[in-house]
Amino acid sequence: MGWFEKLKESLAKTRDNLTQKVEAIFSFTTQIDEEFYEELEEALIMSDVGVKTTQHIIETLRKNIKDKKISTPDKAKEELKNIILDIMKKDKNLSIIPGFLPAVFMVVGVNGVGKTTSIGKLAYYFKNKGYKVLLAAGDTFRAAAIDQLEVWSQRVGVEIIKQSEGSDPAAVIFDAIQAAKSRKVDILICDTAGRLHNKRNLMEELRKINRVIEKEGSNFYKETLLVLDATTGQNALFQAKEFLEVSDVNGIVLTKLDGTAKGGIVIGISNELNIPVKMIGVGEGIDDLQEFDPEMFVEALFETVK
Amino acid sequence: MAFEGLTQKLQETFRKLRGKGKLTEKDVKEAMREVKLALLEADVNYKVVKDFVNSVTERAIGQEVMESLTPGQHVIKIVHEELVNLMGAKESKINISPKPPTVIMLVGLQGAGKTTMAAKLALHFKRNNKHPLLVAADVYRPAAIKQLQILGGQIDIPVFALGDKISPIDIAKASIEYAKKNARDIVIIDTAGRLHVDEDLMLELESIKKEVEPNEILLVVDAMTGQDAVNVAESFNQRLDITGVILTKLDGDTRGGAALSVKAITGKPIKFVGIGEKLSDLEIFYPDRMASRILGMGDILTLIEKAQQAIDEKKALEMQQKLEKQEFTLEDFLEQMQQMKKLGSLKDLIRMIPGIDVSKLNDIDFEENEREMVKIEAIIKSMTKEERRNPSIINSSRKKRIAKGSGTSIQDVNKLLNNFEQARKMIKQFSDIQKHMKKGKFKFPFFK
Repeated sequence: MGWFEKLKESLAKTRDNLTQKVEAIFSFTTQIDEEFYEELEEALIMSDVGVKTTQHIIETLRKNIKDKKISTPDKAKEELKNIILDIMKKDKNLSIIPGFLPAVFMVVGVNGVGKTTSIGKLAYYFKNKGYKVLLAAGDTFRAAAIDQLEVWSQRVGVEIIKQSEGSDPAAVIFDAIQAAKSRKVDILICDTAGRLHNKRNLMEELRKINRVIEKEGSNFYKETLLVLDATTGQNALFQAKEFLEVSDVNGIVLTKLDGTAKGGIVIGISNELNIPVKMIGVGEGIDDLQEFDPEMFVEALFETVK
Repeated sequence: MAFEGLTQKLQETFRKLRGKGKLTEKDVKEAMREVKLALLEADVNYKVVKDFVNSVTERAIGQEVMESLTPGQHVIKIVHEELVNLMGAKESKINISPKPPTVIMLVGLQGAGKTTMAAKLALHFKRNNKHPLLVAADVYRPAAIKQLQILGGQIDIPVFALGDKISPIDIAKASIEYAKKNARDIVIIDTAGRLHVDEDLMLELESIKKEVEPNEILLVVDAMTGQDAVNVAESFNQRLDITGVILTKLDGDTRGGAALSVKAITGKPIKFVGIGEKLSDLEIFYPDRMASRILGMGDILTLIEKAQQAIDEKKALEMQQKLEKQEFTLEDFLEQMQQMKKLGSLKDLIRMIPGIDVSKLNDIDFEENEREMVKIEAIIKSMTKEERRNPSIINSSRKKRIAKGSGTSIQDVNKLLNNFEQARKMIKQFSDIQKHMKKGKFKFPFFK
């Protein structure tokens, strides 16, 4: 089952999801009036798109409807899709495939978003594409995080570089880069401690890891992936902004999209911070981390749920 | 601070209302539009916001403005009351079973922070002279059992685990027996986290519930959860009839609107909040405090009420103008002190002022200050009017006379003059804080 089906299926699990809402609005509204916009606004906010981005989308829609002389809700629906699609895609590199090899991915995010799990799945994804993958257990803070990543490395069948709990994460990353070089690894994926983004010293630690990567892995293709939980609300924006302060953020891995949460916040993040979504997690299985396809994402959002 | 974002928003909103003489329907609606946006940005669920705004609007428009309050203050009062209503009227404690062990089951989504919270709760009970037992019933997430064991080790609390090959239902069952035999009076069961749409998980949780009949089923919710919080809370509540909610990760800059949503949708109380990464970072949830915090008003309503009773409005207004123009004299200082005395102790008053960090007040000896105030009064009363208005003319012979007249020493007089200078500085600091907070001139709330 492809992720599109999974996504549709999971969207179908809830009665009043955005899809239904928007669909209902489009199906039963025969004219484009204030009520139409208001309900649309509600539907977008209910999917965590956020007030600011919602207003931006609605304003753009209003303008386009006027400029293009759109008169039917059907056409307005197409226009809405295009607006969101434009936000998601414009000037963005949506591919997770590294520009060249070897590559190093640093994976960051706050506590509990599913970083370690996503790294396991990401390793599986890359391994299946024929890359030689190495994991670095850089979360030396959370109890048993190293064990958790180790279980994943065994499941996927890739090697892991680790030290003991409480050791310096920058040292782990240093070792990992050296190992990646000597073992001729294609892709190194580094776990980091889940941290609340407002914890200064932990962010400093991240900066230090970054410096190690810059210095030791200067010939590596480098990307930082931010893992976001689809159930997170507007705080995800703050998270992204804080991580941007200490590092480039090249892409988002959106997890837990198989629940009832719509993950609409990524539209807001694309709009305000210009960070593309690259992968999405749509289930618990090892292969449930999939490439993000904005067309299908938007299509799935507006697909009628039977 | 948890709700600071929302706080600021609402304060900005109400600043617009302050200073207006009469509260019209238009004013209320305008303010409520801002309240609505602020709450939405804080991730309070759309429907909850709608209901909240409607009920506040209704009350605000329908009611006569209380004599002692300005219309703006009155709206704040209503918003505050409704927020308290929404979050539960009073704090809620853990139900301790008369027949030990008390069984607490933690449920929730992945990543909400159940395992850490289990350890925090255990430490909380240990400090209250209980003997908790942690139970590792999450057999799915890799290393979840080990995580609980490590945390249990850190706080020296036994962890009951049977590995990940035994069904969680059997683990839970066996743990109760173990607790009885080993005199553990609180059993905290850490269950697997999965999505609320996961039927298998829900069935498993239902079975555990049936088997161990927990005294508490607490839903652990990430304070950063967005609109979906209501779906999550509703699902868990429908299937398990939860007894309460624990809010985690409230120490981020999250506005924590999920707290409002979850409470509104389930009607179940929020019992604890997790506020940090350390295992000792756990707080009991006080709805009224939280509501005050949301409004960013300190306990401003009490302060308003007290002030209205004690302070002559006209005099207060004059005083405010003097403060702003920096024409504040010792004479005014004396008058201010006399008015302040009518209000109650200095400490209580300062605590009620918004924007004051209460924890920093511990450094101040208030009783000493109050004794000092009696002296100050005597000294100022021994000055001539000229001296009170223009302290700079007080030379050493004047000081000698004042000291004699007030039964104090020259040092005391010097001290007062310094104190006065300090008071002026303090006023400047207050206005700086206020400027920092909302870029406006500082106004004592009771001067309105």
